[in-house]
Amino acid sequence: MKLALKVTEVEQLSPLVKRFRFEDPKGASLPVFSGGAHITVDMPEEDAIRRNSYSLISDPYDGTGYEIAVRREDRGRGGSLYMHTKVAEGDDITVSLPSNLFQLDLRAKKHVLIGGGIGITPFLSQLKQLEMEQKPFELHYAARSREEAAGLKLLQEAAHIHVHISEEGARMDLGAILDGQPMGTHVYTCGPDGLITAVADQTARLGWPKTAVHSEAFTAPPPGEPFEVVIASTGQTVTVKADQSLLEALEAAKVEIDSSCRGGACGRCHTKVTACDGRILHNDHWLSEGERAAQQDIMPCMSRFKGTRLELDL
Amino acid sequence: MPNTEFSPSIDSRPTYAGLSSQGAAPAIMVADAAGAAALIDLATADASVMDHAHVILVAKAPDMAARLTDLGPKALHEAPDFEAATPLVSQLLDSAKMGTQLYLAGSEGLMGHVSALATTAGMPLEAIQMEHRGSIARRMQCVHCKGITEDVTTDPFTCSHCGLTLFVRDHFSRRLGVFQGVCVDAETPGVVPETVEIRA
Repeated sequence: MKLALKVTEVEQLSPLVKRFRFEDPKGASLPVFSGGAHITVDMPEEDAIRRNSYSLISDPYDGTGYEIAVRREDRGRGGSLYMHTKVAEGDDITVSLPSNLFQLDLRAKKHVLIGGGIGITPFLSQLKQLEMEQKPFELHYAARSREEAAGLKLLQEAAHIHVHISEEGARMDLGAILDGQPMGTHVYTCGPDGLITAVADQTARLGWPKTAVHSEAFTAPPPGEPFEVVIASTGQTVTVKADQSLLEALEAAKVEIDSSCRGGACGRCHTKVTACDGRILHNDHWLSEGERAAQQDIMPCMSRFKGTRLELDL
Repeated sequence: MPNTEFSPSIDSRPTYAGLSSQGAAPAIMVADAAGAAALIDLATADASVMDHAHVILVAKAPDMAARLTDLGPKALHEAPDFEAATPLVSQLLDSAKMGTQLYLAGSEGLMGHVSALATTAGMPLEAIQMEHRGSIARRMQCVHCKGITEDVTTDPFTCSHCGLTLFVRDHFSRRLGVFQGVCVDAETPGVVPETVEIRA
């Protein structure tokens, strides 16, 4: 199900990041969500619809509107550029219902949220949920410079909200943050892969069980060289353009395929490969190392292909 | 006597993989008299496991307490029964930091009770290791009156609270740390199957 909304606010938060607010054109209440949820935004261009998922940054219990923050990626596929250059206040915009792949574990006694750069976004809704439920938490936000730290405008000053600006010599010290946390603490990380790996390593050294360690690394699908795939059931050939994801190309060709997050995290578009002469460029966070190497599975929302023939079991 | 092997059953029925050392990490160990032997085996395999361990012996067994003290734990606490041990275990869990390991050994009743306390304190299940030693008696909750009957060794058995005749199920409540007992003659009052010993 899709929601047809209006863009009611666009705000430049930092040189690279804009905040967007969407509301129902008639002022109807939108479905509420849970902290960490995202929506998928439709970006129609002449010949195709591009779709990217963005974390909701507004209050999960506030149905008057949805807000997202988008970082402009000049070397991306064009989704964020579309948001930055083509979307203005008053425009119509189509988005999906919220869904959540990065929810809080409500069994936790305390939540430690660690956001790097634009990875702060899912925590902006989570911390509103935590404040509302009066759950103990601390938030750590790491950014290179104060100017680039778009999240600063959206965070209040509070004792349990810590900002680490590396340019000012205040690099985040994960050992100091994680060592000595009370029993029942869960940690959540969103940001660059290096940060997620560093938190995983540090918690493993401290003997934290893996179920207390959560992360989200979903990014927009990367662009790449064009390639072709063959649909096994019909023999149809589908061409994937440089700035298009395989999932978007399949949708444009009316090939039936399930999907949700469009960021390689949820597993819904998992597709079997029936023939592969070449190399699948896996960009998802879903398949295991073994599955990647076997080249018999692909996540069309993120992954691409280089070679002579890729046949999908669709 | 090694870790007891129980017959395969429904997913709800807990299984006990046995204790293996996680090294010299902060640890809480709780055992009854039979379970203490598992802690001795654990420390024999890796003496460093005791370096930061609080050991709670839930039994009146001075000889066993002496043997555990010899293993050099950070502290040895003794409690005559569950009830006496509970405030101590809860206090240790509440002041524990992430990374603390929980080692439980002994009866299913003891392990179920302490693991329920631990999960209430926020401890993830993977931080809990268990090894069954000794009696296979069960701690049973009556699903009708909610009363708990300790040391149940027969099936069916009589609820010590409401007096119903209860069938011993493998359905286990992790929240409460008890197996569930259900009225065996609800449909046909008075028609009760023959009483048998519970088996592993």
